[in-house]
Amino acid sequence: MERTVVMKPTDNVATCLVDLKAGDVEQIRVGDTTTTIAIKDDIPFGHKVALADVEPGEHVIKYAEVIGAASQAITRGEHVHVHNVESIRARGDKS
Amino acid sequence: MTGFYGYKRPDGSVGVRNIVAVISAMDNTNPCAHRIADIIPEAQAITTPFGRTQIGHDFEVTLRTLAGIGRHPNVAAVLVLGLSLASANELAGRIRPSGKPVEVLGLQEAGNTMALTADGARIAADLVVAASTQSREPCQFSDLVIAVECGGSDTTSGLAGNPTVGLFADRFIDAGGTIVLSEPAEFMGGEHILSERAVDPEDGKRILEMVKWFEDEAIRNGVDMRGTNPTPDNIAGGLTTLEEKSLGAIAKGGSRPVVEVVEYSEKPSKQGLVIMNTPSAACESMTGLLGGGSHMIIFSTGRGNSIGSPISPTVKLTGNPNTAISMKDNMDVDVSAVVTRGLPLDAAADDLWNDMVAFAQGKLTRSEVWKEEQLSVSRFGPSV
Repeated sequence: MERTVVMKPTDNVATCLVDLKAGDVEQIRVGDTTTTIAIKDDIPFGHKVALADVEPGEHVIKYAEVIGAASQAITRGEHVHVHNVESIRARGDKS
Repeated sequence: MTGFYGYKRPDGSVGVRNIVAVISAMDNTNPCAHRIADIIPEAQAITTPFGRTQIGHDFEVTLRTLAGIGRHPNVAAVLVLGLSLASANELAGRIRPSGKPVEVLGLQEAGNTMALTADGARIAADLVVAASTQSREPCQFSDLVIAVECGGSDTTSGLAGNPTVGLFADRFIDAGGTIVLSEPAEFMGGEHILSERAVDPEDGKRILEMVKWFEDEAIRNGVDMRGTNPTPDNIAGGLTTLEEKSLGAIAKGGSRPVVEVVEYSEKPSKQGLVIMNTPSAACESMTGLLGGGSHMIIFSTGRGNSIGSPISPTVKLTGNPNTAISMKDNMDVDVSAVVTRGLPLDAAADDLWNDMVAFAQGKLTRSEVWKEEQLSVSRFGPSV
């Protein structure tokens, strides 16, 4: 049974199918290849882990689509969620 | 399985239930509608907290919705209540073209609420007895209109629940059926995908405009939509942004071309994938889907959501193994094996097809049994 899933090969995040712990080393399948990632945070079931470093303002990609932009630097193996990613759409607070 | 046993209606449509509806045309006759349904449990009260002094498009939507519920193929017969016969008849007149029995009562003409309750209960009893003589007959499963909804979403919605529903949707459309996908605000971030799938470029443009309308509303109100969407339970479930939620949500519409775009409670006229313009609140959206004639609703949930629609059986489905256990009493279909055992989506969609045929021919959904049913007609302007 897979512990993580990557929806599309161009994604820079994987979704966890189990609770991951900081210090875990995961083999993550991305398309036809497998990559080894050291998990840096405790990441709950259903949450996302970074497959690559993402610079502030850079897009976070899932389903091969943009799901938001990094609000701070994200490194490979980190938990990717509302603390470091923000929506680009419907931002009345920024208009 | 391409056939099921359903109820044939005078207008040629087929129903999956045989309900006698007691529809209150406006707020003030709601207590009588509920009282009549309490006396005659086989009758279903249909009420809305509004209806009086609504104007223009807003009033039209309320009338269209209530009339659509009256004409709905799952409804065998209707009793309409109004403060006066005139208001009851205004609504009844829109239901009568369906050819089914439609009775009307006015509170002012009956004299008082006790008299209206007694008169209404007698009429409802007659309608229930008459409806009970109708039997199910062989019908085509693909003659049905099935709506796809999701709520209480988490990341399993995008991984298991919605993709299973989407695969079912593709197969159902290929068999000649119609699927309705609603809640365009939750297309945001993935609307270009649906827009490009529109057969008519005008519909494609309309999809983008619908989403923009909701986005502009958030901006006009000076709010960050993140305050309300994704919701706190979505975020706890791992959904980070509305875009991520949307991309998971549109998966339940499958992959077929969009053949039509309809407004709230508007009945689809084409076969295939249809998009309805509704707000994202599930009850409001499901009420629009019901008003537009959807026979059944498949409701995919991640973190858990219990709500059902009266009249249109609502099949609750989850891909979250924790929710499948904690919300067992409210769930109809469990596809969490996609996440826990790697069950192929194909196999999950096969099972869902068989489940939907069973529900179509009378198997009760959990929300029907528990009466977890709610109606709320969307408002598009103030009463005056």
